[in-house]
Order: sequence, then C-alpha cells, then structure tokens
Amino acid sequence: VNFHEPSIDYAGISPLIGLTVGLCVVLLSAVFKPLRRSAPLLTMFTLAAAAGLLIWHWDDPKTLITGALRLDDLAISISLIAILCAGFCVLLSIREKATEEAGSGEYHALLLGSVLGMTMLAQATNLVTFFVALEMLSIPLYILCAANLRREGSLESGLKYLIVGSVGSATLLYGMAFVYGGSGSTSFAGIADGIAQNGLDADPLILIGIAMAAVGLAFKTSIAPFHQWTPDVYQGAPTPITSFMAVATKAAAFAVFLRFFDVALGSQVDEWQPALAALAAISIVVGNVGALGQDSLKRLLGYSGVAQAGYMLGGVVVFSSQGTSSLVFYLAAYAFMNLAAFAVIVARERETIFGDDIRGVRGLAAERPLLAWPLTISMLALAGLPATAGFIGKLYLIEALVEGDYTWLGVLIAIGTMISLAYYLRVVAAMWMRPEDEVASAAPGATPAIAGASPEADPVDPEAGRRWYIVGPAILAAAATVFFGVIPQPLVEFASHAGASLFG
Amino acid sequence: MSSVLLWAPLAFGLVGLFLPRRAVGWWAVLGAVVTLGVAIAIAVGFDSGSAGLQYAVDEPWISGLGVDYSLGVDGLNLFLLLLTAVLWVGGTAFAAFREQENPKNFYFLMLVAETATLGSFLAQDLLLFVLFFDLMLVPFYFLFGAWGYDRTGEGGLTASAATLKMIVYTLIGSLLMLVAAIATAVIAADGGQLTFSIAALAEQPLSHGSQQWIFWFFAAAFLVKMPAFLLHGWMPDAYRAAPLPVLIVFSGVLAKVGAYGFLRVVLPLFPDAAVEFQEVILVIALASILYGSVMAFTQTNVRLIAGYSSVAQLGFITAGIFALRADGSDGAILQMVNHGLVVAPIFVIVAVLLERTGTEDIREMGGMALRAPVLAALFLIVALATLAMPGSANFVGEFYILNGLFQEKIVFAFIAITGVAMSAYYALRLYQQTMHNRAPEGLMSREIGFRDGLVLVPLVLCILGLALYPQLILERTAPTVEQTVTKVTGGEAPEAQLARSEEP
Repeated sequence: VNFHEPSIDYAGISPLIGLTVGLCVVLLSAVFKPLRRSAPLLTMFTLAAAAGLLIWHWDDPKTLITGALRLDDLAISISLIAILCAGFCVLLSIREKATEEAGSGEYHALLLGSVLGMTMLAQATNLVTFFVALEMLSIPLYILCAANLRREGSLESGLKYLIVGSVGSATLLYGMAFVYGGSGSTSFAGIADGIAQNGLDADPLILIGIAMAAVGLAFKTSIAPFHQWTPDVYQGAPTPITSFMAVATKAAAFAVFLRFFDVALGSQVDEWQPALAALAAISIVVGNVGALGQDSLKRLLGYSGVAQAGYMLGGVVVFSSQGTSSLVFYLAAYAFMNLAAFAVIVARERETIFGDDIRGVRGLAAERPLLAWPLTISMLALAGLPATAGFIGKLYLIEALVEGDYTWLGVLIAIGTMISLAYYLRVVAAMWMRPEDEVASAAPGATPAIAGASPEADPVDPEAGRRWYIVGPAILAAAATVFFGVIPQPLVEFASHAGASLFG
Repeated sequence: MSSVLLWAPLAFGLVGLFLPRRAVGWWAVLGAVVTLGVAIAIAVGFDSGSAGLQYAVDEPWISGLGVDYSLGVDGLNLFLLLLTAVLWVGGTAFAAFREQENPKNFYFLMLVAETATLGSFLAQDLLLFVLFFDLMLVPFYFLFGAWGYDRTGEGGLTASAATLKMIVYTLIGSLLMLVAAIATAVIAADGGQLTFSIAALAEQPLSHGSQQWIFWFFAAAFLVKMPAFLLHGWMPDAYRAAPLPVLIVFSGVLAKVGAYGFLRVVLPLFPDAAVEFQEVILVIALASILYGSVMAFTQTNVRLIAGYSSVAQLGFITAGIFALRADGSDGAILQMVNHGLVVAPIFVIVAVLLERTGTEDIREMGGMALRAPVLAALFLIVALATLAMPGSANFVGEFYILNGLFQEKIVFAFIAITGVAMSAYYALRLYQQTMHNRAPEGLMSREIGFRDGLVLVPLVLCILGLALYPQLILERTAPTVEQTVTKVTGGEAPEAQLARSEEP
C-alpha cells in the first residue's frame, strides 16, 4: 500500500495557523506570572500577524484542504473586518472589570478563538467546516458574554445567548442534514451539482433544508423574527464584548450566508429570494420600531443592529455581484460606526453612575467634546445621513436592490431610516440640547435607580473618557466613518473585489 | 472656481474650530465675505448669452457607483448662489455682533450649512444633489435644537422636539428622493454604464410609467422643503424655535432649494410627468398661496407672519415654474432671489424689535417709528417690496409669473391674483402694528444701532438695486430657462405634448 502524502497549502492556511498559535501563546501566558500582563499585547500582535497573512493572499484566490475552505477576497475582507473589531475590543477591554474577573489570558484567548472561528467561517465552502467554524465562533462568545462573573446581568446574558444560540445551531444542523440528504454532498459546489444533476428543483427535502438553514443563520445575524435574544444579550454582556460581537459575528455569518445561498443554492434562487426579502422587510420594521423609546444605549444599538441586519440582508437577496459588494461595504462601514458608539458607551459606563443609560450622555457636548463628536458622527452615520460612510452604504445597497428588481425593499430601507431618525437623534439631542425634563442630578456615589438600563456596579473612573485606549478608538472609528463618507472610493474598490470573488 | 466657492465656507469653518473663542465669530464673517467675493467673481465672469454650464467641474467620485463630483453654474443657479452668499454674510455678521453660546460649534455649523446649501445649488450630478440636499439638514438640526428657543411656556414645543419634527418631515421627502434618484439612474442605464449626471439623464427621459411615480418622490421632497400647503406642519414650530441669525439664512435660502429642485431636476428629467401633473401641482401651489396668506394675516407672532408669508410666496414661485412657460420660470427665479432678499431683513428687524420690546407678539408692539425713523424707513422699503409694489423687483417677478400663468391656465392666474392682494394686507399689517399706532407702555423706541444697520442696510440696498435693474437677473437666467422649459413642452402647448406622449 502506497502512502500518498497529502499536499497541504501551508501558505493558504497560514492565517488560521497564525491565529491558533497566537491563541495558544496567549492562553499559556496566563500561566507564567511575568507574562500575565502581556495578554493584550500578544493578542494585538496575533491579530496584526493574521491580518498581514490575509492581506498577503489578497487577489489570489485558492481552494484549501480538498475544497473545505476557499480563501478568496470575500473571505479576506470579512476576516479583516472581524480582526478590526477584535482589535478595538482589545483596546476597550483594558481595565475592564470583565477582563480581570475572567482572567486576562483566558479572556483574550477566547476572543482569539472567536476570531479564528470567524476567519474560518468566512472561508467555509463545505457543510462540515461551516458548522465547525460556526461553533468555534459561538462558544467562546457564550463564555465571554458571561465573563463579568459577579454581575447577574452578564451571567444572564451568557446563559441566554447559549440557549438561543444552541437552538439556532441545532436548527441549522438539521437543515444541513436535509440539504445533504437531498443533494448527496457536503461541499457547496457538490450540493449545487447534485441539485442540477438530479433535477431536484422544488424538492421538498431541499426546500425544508434551505428554510431551516436560513432560520439558523437568521438567529446568528439577529434577523427578525429570530432576534429576541439580541437586545438582552447586548445589554448584559460586557460592553467591549458587545461591540465585538455586534459587528464581527454579523460579518462572518453574512459571509457564509452569501456563500451558502449564492454558491450552493444558486439554482434555487427563485425559491429563497422572496423568503429572504420578507425576512429583511420584517427585520427592518421590527428593529426600527423596537429601538424607539429604549433608554439603554446598548439595547438601542441591539435593536438598531436588527434593523441594520435587515438592510444588509438585502445584499444577499439580490443574488448579484453588486449585492455582495454592497453588503461587504455596509459591513465595513457598520463596523466603524458601531465601534465609535460603543467606545463612547464604555467611557460613560466607567465615568458615570448611569451605566449605559441615555442619561449618561446628557450634556456630553459641553463636558467631553472628544467623546460627543464620535458618538454624534456614529449616530448620524447609522441614520444614513450624508458625508458619512453610512450614507454611501445605504446608497450602495439601494442601488444593488433597484438593479436587482427589489425596488420596494429599497423604499422600505428609506422608510426604516426615517423611523430610525427618531431614536438616533434622541441620543444626539441628549448630548447637544437642553434636556426636556431636568432630572435631579444624582450625587456621585449614590445608588442609581435605573429601570431598563444596565448600571455597572464597578467603581467609577472619572477620567475614563480621557484615556487614550478609549478616546483613541472612538476618534479613529469616527474619523474613518467620515473619511469613507467623503472619499469612499478605496472602500468601494475593496468591497467590489469581494463581490467579484463570488460572481466572477 | 465652483469648487472654491463650494469648499471655502467649510475650510473657514474648520479653521475656526482652532481659533480662540472671541475671534471665531469674525473669522466666520470673513469666511462668508470671502465666499461672497468668489460668488461675485463668478457672476462677473458669467457669460450671460450662454445657456450651458459654465465653471463646470466633472471628476469621477465613486466610479463603482457612477457618481461624479460634478458642479457647474448656469442661469438657473447663478443668482441663487449669490443670494446664498449674501445672506450668509448677513446672518453670520448679525450673529457675530452678539454673544453666542458655544461659539466655535455655532459658527462651524453655520459654515457647514453654507457649504451644503451652495453644494445643492451647484451640483450637476443627481446623487450629489441629493447628498447636499440631505446634508443641509444636519447643521440646521443642531443650530435649531441647541441654540433655539424652547416654547413650552407658550404651549409650543421644546427646541429639540421642534427640530426633530422638522427633520423627520423633511427627511421623509429626501430619503424617498434618494431611492427615486437611484431608480432614475438604474432605469435609464438599462444594464449599461450607470450615470447620475443630470445632463446625461435628461438626454433620454424615462418611460412614461416610471416618470409617473419617480416624479412624486422628488416632488414630495421639494414640496416639504418649501413648505407647501399640507406639508408645512413642521414650519410653525421650527420657525418659533429657530435662533434668529440662523432663521435669516434658513428662511431666505433653504426654501428656495426646493423650488430650484423643480427647475434643475424635475423639469429636465421627468418632462412627461411634469406636463401630466401640471394642474395638480398648480392646485397645491394655489392652496399654498391662499392658505399662507390667510394664516399670515391672522397670526400675531411676527416670526409666524413671516413664515406663513413664505409659504404663500413659495406657492407663487411654484406656480410660476409649473406654468411650464419660459416667462413663468424666469419670474420664479427672480422671485426666489427677491423673496430671499426681503424675508432676511424682516427677520433682522424682528430680532431688533425683540430686543427692544421683549416680545414677538405684534399686539404688544407699536409706535416704534416714533423715535426710530431710519429703522421704520428701512422696514417700509422691505414691506413694500414684500407686497410687490410696482417699481420693486418683486413686482416684476410676480408680473412674469402671472403672465406665464395667464397664457397657460387663466383660471389659476385669477386665483393667484387674490394672493397678490392679500400679500399687501399682511405686509402692511405687520409694518403698521409694529411701527405705527400708539406705543405700549414701557416700550423703548430706539433707533437701530450702527451694527444692525451694517447688516440691514446692505440687504435693503440689494432690494433697491434689483428694483432699479431687474434685468440684471432676467437676462442672465433667460437662456438657460428657455432651454429647460422648451425641452419639457417641446415648444408646444402642454396638452399637445401630453397627447403625444400617451400615444403608443
């Protein structure tokens, strides 16, 4: 018997190897006392290395591990977005209670594990890698949400996410089984061939599989009506983790959404297109209406995330290169706008006794202009006002939708944006304008009695809003939001590469 | 040159953020004056015989999406640019003579607003136009909300609530316009190279059916902005909340952007729909004239008198445009400039009166002319111009509009004439109640100060100058207007045009 040494493209899987090695090093660093403080630095180094290795493969698509993974520009761009979010998360986690509670090494190792899962998920072209990567992404996040061990809200959030996430995963897995049963293959290309050869168009087995897979992915991307966990989990989780998972999880899940539906189920487009469009529409309405009247900024951003996911799903619905590009563009823009907002929330949580309540940002424009401007830009961008990346993102998406004959969904995005103004501008008004009802200012140190918000019981750090590792990310993200709103061409090019990689 | 004009205010505004607080006001005035200088230079170098674009700039901006950075000056926008530059000098100078809270942000936002307004007049790319049109709202949102007046004591809204109402109203229109703009380009491209260039899109108008719905998306945005009858709900609250220096530019220029949009976008791009819905728009315009006039002579708050008179005046302007004849549109452009030049001094006078009497209610005013003959004389000139006294440029403007309307739709013209009569009533009532009659007790009748005179007199001189030589505007606008309007009607009566377009 001859033994054939399998050919392994080590260069292609080098980003995954890099992240894995980094993960191990960070985890081990927790064991050695002298290295204990270095976990954030090692994490940043790992992320930078992984980003470098990914960029090395830019514009050089290759299929890896006998077709289980595909490293193309879509995968690279999505992974880079996830790495960016992780980098911001590391900065915001400095001196965060949760980091100390869970142990810095373990916390950062889990974060890297999640990034590893995302990088893999973005490349997955096989049902098995798809599912493994999804779990790799999710399980560290369940733990991280509960990382603030002494806060009930954090534990609740972790448990809730675990249960709901598992239901989502199980549904997805069940759906995958149907798809495999119907087509006889686990690889995306094989599924497409199987459907084409066996003439399984409108086969109930496949259709059920598609539906269940869509539901499972909708759980992960917090598409309504599978979004109920989102506001609760966002609110309870430590804020740096919320900032990470709000964007990065969506990015990775949308990558596989695109690949699974466009590559494996491309021939069934007539079956799933209307269904996904309906999901997008529901999400836009539910998210925007739900966010109205939220006093907790994290909950508000949670609901806004549901609405934004609805907008982005439009990019999957149209099944075109333009749609894919617009989705990637929107994800990148969304990353910047969201990170700016979360950085400010982190600062105010540590500075004030209000936690993430909207009262915490009252009068911020006069008190802390360097925090007020980023949050203002972020809110205006999320609302899609011009001169921000959010406007260009919406423009890109609507253009793709109109070209794909889904003009009504474009109109719905415009209507959703109108509703969203009411809550985004409420935050802006709190910062810049006189409050409508003068609230008696609570004495510092007094126990806050806040309904609907998540007051951190942490000792207050009145200087948190001046620390470089919070102001820096906030300003950087806000500056990027404006920059790509005024000079969007580089980001458009970046996104169009990703679109071309799927539709050639 | 166009680019210099566009970006000069923003550049001054950005530098102003880094100046000491005391200097920033005068720096902003300098910025506005420099902008005015550039605008005058453009006007001087303008070739009055040409109908085409001058000072054109055309660079690709987002090539992937077909959006160009394309600016230009022609007969339609030349004088609106000048008007904008003039009124911004007045508004900023008026503000600089007074103490402003948080001056850095105030003047920065004022100058951002100028850039955005100039941008929407200069833009020759449909998407760029929409972008600037939306962008205009952002600085005004902050200016109204943060520096405005709370009216809760008088049964009104707080500044932040009033401004939210304004922004929601106006953005409903302009977000739908974004979708409509994208749809226009996508449908026109028909799978080919996407372009948003207004000139290119005007070459081949869309099919009749597409025009029908897209027309209304644009019309809604413009009619809200003016505001027209039934869409004016935001106006009373916003006018009462607005800080006066801001209101000078807001009422003087912003409303005209809506009317200008009809000339720049709607007539060239949707000619069939413009002909088809001519009468509907005329009915709305006449309703605005009647409603605005009646409201203007029943209101007692001076701001609202001016506000409702604007509704009536904008009704006139719209009627002139939708006469779909060259003389109607000529008159409309002249009247836009005229109205801007009369409404701005009215608000300067309102501010002066407010400081002297402490009230905005005309029932509590009177007798001001006793000791302030110069102020009264200036006001009289403005009031007579408002009521379109023969000899004023407003008379010429209204004459052109009515002439156009008479030739086309005689019934509408007769109704419009009643509006002229009513404008005499409210303008004289405003003048009389504030300047004449018995002075209420405790009223200080003081002459207008040198500083406010410095703002008011140049504006009044502009009115007088135009009264002497309205040809200045008419002969420069005529060629472009002629070209725009004949494209709509093809040189024949609208009815014939409609009959032709409905042929298969």
